Amino acid sequence: MSSGNPFDVEPLIESAGPPPPPGSRRSRLFGDTLRQEGAKGVAIALVSTVVVVFLLVWVVVHSSNWPVVKQAFFNGQEFKDTFPEIARKFVRNIQYFMIAEVFILALALLLAVMRSLPGAVFFPIRLLAIVYTDLFRGLPLILVIYLLGFGMPSLALKGLPTSAAFWGIVGLILAYSAYVAEVYRAGIESVHPSQVAAARALGLSRWKSLRFVVIPQAVRRVVPPLLNDFIGLQKDTALLSIVIPFAEAFKQAQIDQSADFNFTPVLCAAVLFLAITIPMTRVVDWLLVRQRARRQAGAVA
Amino acid sequence: MTGNGVALQLEGVRKSFGKLEVLRGIDLSVAEHEVVCLIGASGSGKSTLLRCVNLLEPVDGGHIVVHGERITDRGVDVNRIRRRIGIVFQSFNLFPHMTVLRNVMLGPVEGLGTPRQEARAQAEQLLARFGLADKKDEYPDRLSGGQQQRVAIVRALAMKPDIMLFDEVTSALDPELIAEVLNVIRELAASGMTMVIATHEMGFARDIANRVCFLDGGVILEQGPPDRIFSSPENPRTQQFLQRIIEAGRL
Repeated sequence: MSSGNPFDVEPLIESAGPPPPPGSRRSRLFGDTLRQEGAKGVAIALVSTVVVVFLLVWVVVHSSNWPVVKQAFFNGQEFKDTFPEIARKFVRNIQYFMIAEVFILALALLLAVMRSLPGAVFFPIRLLAIVYTDLFRGLPLILVIYLLGFGMPSLALKGLPTSAAFWGIVGLILAYSAYVAEVYRAGIESVHPSQVAAARALGLSRWKSLRFVVIPQAVRRVVPPLLNDFIGLQKDTALLSIVIPFAEAFKQAQIDQSADFNFTPVLCAAVLFLAITIPMTRVVDWLLVRQRARRQAGAVA
Repeated sequence: MTGNGVALQLEGVRKSFGKLEVLRGIDLSVAEHEVVCLIGASGSGKSTLLRCVNLLEPVDGGHIVVHGERITDRGVDVNRIRRRIGIVFQSFNLFPHMTVLRNVMLGPVEGLGTPRQEARAQAEQLLARFGLADKKDEYPDRLSGGQQQRVAIVRALAMKPDIMLFDEVTSALDPELIAEVLNVIRELAASGMTMVIATHEMGFARDIANRVCFLDGGVILEQGPPDRIFSSPENPRTQQFLQRIIEAGRL
């Protein structure tokens, strides 16, 4: 209970019902934490939350600057007028995200495997993977997208697309693969060498040991950090606005904002991003809690 | 050297980890259908010896011959050799992300290229033989240590090996779970499997072994039939080791 969780109300727990299942005690999920503290705890948390929220809103709304801020950021009419178009463009953000994600998952796994290859023969391949990840983790993402999105189409290379959208997404894929490859690699290295020994003892080749024994376990372990990177990727699709004109939520919000001299459209875009990223964050938390519970159950058994 | 009834032959096998010489010239010959138990203190080289035979560790000197073929020569296909030599580890090393059935099927399907249906039927048959039929769809962490180790033995047997190696397979088990695993090994001995068993279970070694080898400091100091080794050991080190075992109430 010393986890620093704001919802842990220490003295009230004594009256709580049956002990919680292992792993959920330190859960930061709303539901879990409240459930443990019983009906009395729920009531107190509810009342205190209402009071705090009311006070905050009251202070903000009664400040002398509020009308100006409200006009510029929380303009109801402006929201109603611009939201549908921005939401329509936001569908593109989701599409870009999903297209990029598929390629990132594959390319990153390839990079991680390349970097995990043992032996002197594979040194150049390891080196290549290391240089790649260092390079793309070290560069600002906006720079990569700018360089590819504006640079490549202008070259009009034979056999390659000249669409800025295509190259912008390629930039996202290249940069994110470097991060995700490191996540995979951490997973691969977390699989105990005795697992490889057991697979090799069955006469499985190095590659088959990797494929059937190491990678499946590695991927399971890194699902939460992978999802974390997905959240980042979903947000960073907004960076494509610099190379893709008129075709993405943030860009549309910028256009509406400069047309009406009002920031509410940008807030629309923000709400749309949050509608996707916050649920994803909750899922990651839930997965982490579940994973920890499993590990603890495993340790007891 | 072929077809003379010798299943496994070690000739002057040496192995070092850095400066530490773990095996300092091991000579050992195991006949077909023979059960050889390796005894000795922790660190005497029992596990390393078994891992060398399975080619999980490369030897630094000497060679190992299996059914007339020198497996320690350069250019030998290690995967092919390992498919003929089963090994069971102290810590089970089952694959936690696969059901019991898939653990057992992986080797035959991916190592031997057995068709899936056939591998499944064989795996189910083997699991049934060792009383694990109802566990086939469980994941390893749902099983007791004894059950897990029996699954590990079945997984090795599914490869239809010529030789089985057991590396202190009961050392990680609670006392009440040891018997079920030892009984499986007894059954294998009765069926004529050639086995090399590293063990701390002296009563079991005395029971099951055709020959007991006492390892100390990376060499086989003394070997012979279990009755002689356990009742009248000749080497002072063997006497000392067995005395300690008796004092600990393990024999």
